Amino acid sequence: MARIRIRNEWLELHQFTTRIIIVAVIGLLLLLAVATRLFYLQIINHSHYVTLAEGNRLRTEPVTPPRGLIYDRNGMLLAENQPSYELDIVPEQVPDLHATIAALSKVVDIRPQDLKQFYDLLKTKKPFQPLPLRTTLSDTEVARFAVDRQNFPGVDIRATLARYYPLGQVTAHVVGYTGIISPGELANLDPAEYTNTSQVGKIGIEGSYESLLHGSMGTRQVETDAQGRVVRVVSYTPPVPGSNLYLSIDVRLQVAAEKALGDYNGAVVAINPRNGEVLALVSTPTFDPNQFVGGISPGDFAKLNTSPNQPLFNRALRGQYPPGSTIKPFLALAALNYGVVNPFKDLLCPGYFYLPSNPNPYRDWKRGGHGEIDLPNAITQSCDVYFYTVALKLGIDRIHEYLTTQLGFGEPTGIDLMGERDGVVPSPEWKRKILHAPWYLGDLVIVGIGQGYLLVTPLQLADGAAAISMHGQRFVPHLLHAIGNPLSGIISDTTPRALPAVQESNPNAWKIVVQAMKNVVATWQGTAHSIGVGAQYSIAGKTGTAQVYRKRLGVFGEQDESDIPRQLRDNAVFIAFAPVDNPRIAVAVVAEHGGGGASTAAPIARKVMDAYLLQQAGGKVAVP
Amino acid sequence: MTFSDFAFSPARGDLTFGERLLRRLNLDGPLLLAVAVLALMGLAILYGASNEDAGMVYRQAIRLALSFVVLLAVAQISPQFLRLWSPWLFALGLMLLLFTLHSGHIGRGAQRWLGFGFVRFQPSEIMKIAVPMMVAWYLHEKPLPPNWKQLLPLAAMIFIPVLLVAIEPDLGTALLILSAGAFSVFLAGLRWRVILLLVVALAIVTPILWHFMHAYQRERVLIFLNPQRDPLGAGYHIIQSQIAIGSGGMFGKGWLHGSQSQLDFLPESSTDFIYAVLGEQFGFIGALAVLALYGFIIARSLIIALHAQDTYSRLLGGALSMALFTYVFINSGMVSGILPVVGVPLPLVSYGGSSLVTLMAGFGVLMSIHSHRKLVAS
Repeated sequence: MARIRIRNEWLELHQFTTRIIIVAVIGLLLLLAVATRLFYLQIINHSHYVTLAEGNRLRTEPVTPPRGLIYDRNGMLLAENQPSYELDIVPEQVPDLHATIAALSKVVDIRPQDLKQFYDLLKTKKPFQPLPLRTTLSDTEVARFAVDRQNFPGVDIRATLARYYPLGQVTAHVVGYTGIISPGELANLDPAEYTNTSQVGKIGIEGSYESLLHGSMGTRQVETDAQGRVVRVVSYTPPVPGSNLYLSIDVRLQVAAEKALGDYNGAVVAINPRNGEVLALVSTPTFDPNQFVGGISPGDFAKLNTSPNQPLFNRALRGQYPPGSTIKPFLALAALNYGVVNPFKDLLCPGYFYLPSNPNPYRDWKRGGHGEIDLPNAITQSCDVYFYTVALKLGIDRIHEYLTTQLGFGEPTGIDLMGERDGVVPSPEWKRKILHAPWYLGDLVIVGIGQGYLLVTPLQLADGAAAISMHGQRFVPHLLHAIGNPLSGIISDTTPRALPAVQESNPNAWKIVVQAMKNVVATWQGTAHSIGVGAQYSIAGKTGTAQVYRKRLGVFGEQDESDIPRQLRDNAVFIAFAPVDNPRIAVAVVAEHGGGGASTAAPIARKVMDAYLLQQAGGKVAVP
Repeated sequence: MTFSDFAFSPARGDLTFGERLLRRLNLDGPLLLAVAVLALMGLAILYGASNEDAGMVYRQAIRLALSFVVLLAVAQISPQFLRLWSPWLFALGLMLLLFTLHSGHIGRGAQRWLGFGFVRFQPSEIMKIAVPMMVAWYLHEKPLPPNWKQLLPLAAMIFIPVLLVAIEPDLGTALLILSAGAFSVFLAGLRWRVILLLVVALAIVTPILWHFMHAYQRERVLIFLNPQRDPLGAGYHIIQSQIAIGSGGMFGKGWLHGSQSQLDFLPESSTDFIYAVLGEQFGFIGALAVLALYGFIIARSLIIALHAQDTYSRLLGGALSMALFTYVFINSGMVSGILPVVGVPLPLVSYGGSSLVTLMAGFGVLMSIHSHRKLVAS
């Protein structure tokens, strides 16, 4: 019984109209819901989303300050910054680090040490910080990477400034070098200041004045796209550039000293006795500090590190040598201070010296001895027997006391370079503690001629010579002459740090010792009279020949010096200052295995003093 | 435009040249104007959304021009003719859908595309129009509202294409087809108890549907419920889009000055998420203005449907109007974060050709319905 429905046009239209109104109202309400949502997002929560959008878009980046430049006292550039390209990886933005590095190694040369450095840094830095994979890219490498850049998200080339040392090895032991920060170093640095720097001063002036040279980090706010690439710089707070340092070093003197030392391994230290400024600090052999910038290859490092001549070893600060006879003027000062000898009373030098309990003689370097000799002549002629006696009379406690507290041996001078060694001024306590052995008189006797356990650094010797030249007035030796502010251009000199004067109870002591040292050069009997020939200024000096071949100690020279293999020959030592009455330079020279102090070390010192005192006013010394 | 304007059309002689031209071309002036304004605004927004890619704007303009030709052509076809061809179009669409599933192109993990030589198109687009046409054709001769017996064929007409599209999978288009079909049935006067029954059925079916959803579809719903679930992954779209809109503020950052879109933080900024670009660059005012323009277009379309003179035209016109509404609502709702992310473009504005043609064809149908009324007063 199908029911036939009759169409009702009017009813249908009415119903349709109703339905249209219903959907229209629903539609309107829903569109209003969207509009409300827009109002909520865009008006009510506007500032919140602005913050989010800014955070998306803006990134604050550190800006590395340019590292301070280093000059010598005359404004000769010793360390500068050269534009360089670094390949940086932001680990967070790299999908597959190992694959990316493998692919990169086809584009640029990546050495094993680069990888090691990179993975070391990866452990310490945060994943959003750029890490250097390679520094000092060549132009070709930069170009090759630029072509493939789109294949390496998270990898980019960054223009940086790399350290360059125009004089290379001439100033290597003074200026030092910078290198990639090691994780250990990072722990001691302010991370905020080093987020964007891969380099830090390692040794030398670069190391000791790191904070001055580094300056302080600036920031720039950059707009980035979703891939993190910089689109635009929004704001910029400039960094404070590192200070420029003017060293007291005179490069001309430095070069002259290095040349004078020739192919001897050794050290020359020249100090201005009036303020402690180090005028030259040479350690040979030296090395090219530019090798270290950006990381030295293990092969190169091994070559430097295992070389028997130890080019990386700074002999001027870290070389500890027996002073030999150069210790005699200092012991003379001690003897006069404590009044243990009458300086003008002769003492017989038969050419040997006996300790009561010991049948073996202590020899004088001069066969047959010096005969009747007083203190000044004992210095001038370097009489060993006289100073065996002096040592015995002073005793080790007073020697130790005077050499350490008054003259600064056995402890660091406090120079503004890192790694300085103490040297050794022995004492019974020291021997017990270090060698676990009792102190013997024999140990004491040979201290009188600067042998035995006594060890000094060339820097300490130069410092001591300066103290004598100034009649006991002492300064802390230092290399920083002035600090230049790169923004204002103002260069401010550093003030010398004076030390308490050397205690000396005998009012004539300084005159006696200085005159005796002058006679070393000026008189026929003087051990270094050969260097006095033709000198245009007065020189005071003291030779020293320190025995290296321990077995020969206390035994007459059975062999001629030239018969002994070079590495067994004596070290040649010389200290000097000039002009005697108005001292401007004090020098210490150590030439390892140089043989005699008079024959080898003294001429070197003469050349150094000539270079400083004669050519200073004249033309420039040629610099390589 | 009021109701009486249609009731008493002025004599031909009183018309201006423009009005005569529109009438000659079977076009509706207000609708055409609104569509044209929106399309041009869309090009400007696209320029700002695509990082000032003139080539992209050029290609879109070509597509707009081509699809406008489609609009013009469809407008010339009388609704009677359309009605007669409706089942055939539906059948063709169904066949193409099946064919696509069998051997279509796979793009972005979904099998949606069919290639004909140099043209590639999505058969699912046909269904956006073919389904309401089929429903309107089926109900045309029958007294309304549809009775219980007619529900089964209607359900088949709607749900078979919807399911076929949904398993491609293309959830967005499936939703649009479903809405077009559902609106046509609703406008036909589907009884409220049936609607209630369907709602209850939906509530029961939803968990089952959930079970059959693709992992990414489920994830989208979950992400919608909590975007922070995966802020750099699936939630990234929603978060970045809301940041873009919110940071636009009242007046926006200015054309071509949107940091979110200009700097590529906003994904799919020239396609599905272009509304966020609008919100960022033109602010609340701009976003609201475009929304109002859509409102006007939908309202105008509904009025055209209201004045249609047979069941077929009414149902088809109303369904197409509300399908457009669905488009706009789903897209703006998704971009502003009140709906889950569904791949539905913003009509006339988003970059892309396939949906543009369908959309313009739909407007063509509305124009045809509007202009092929018999000039009689009821």
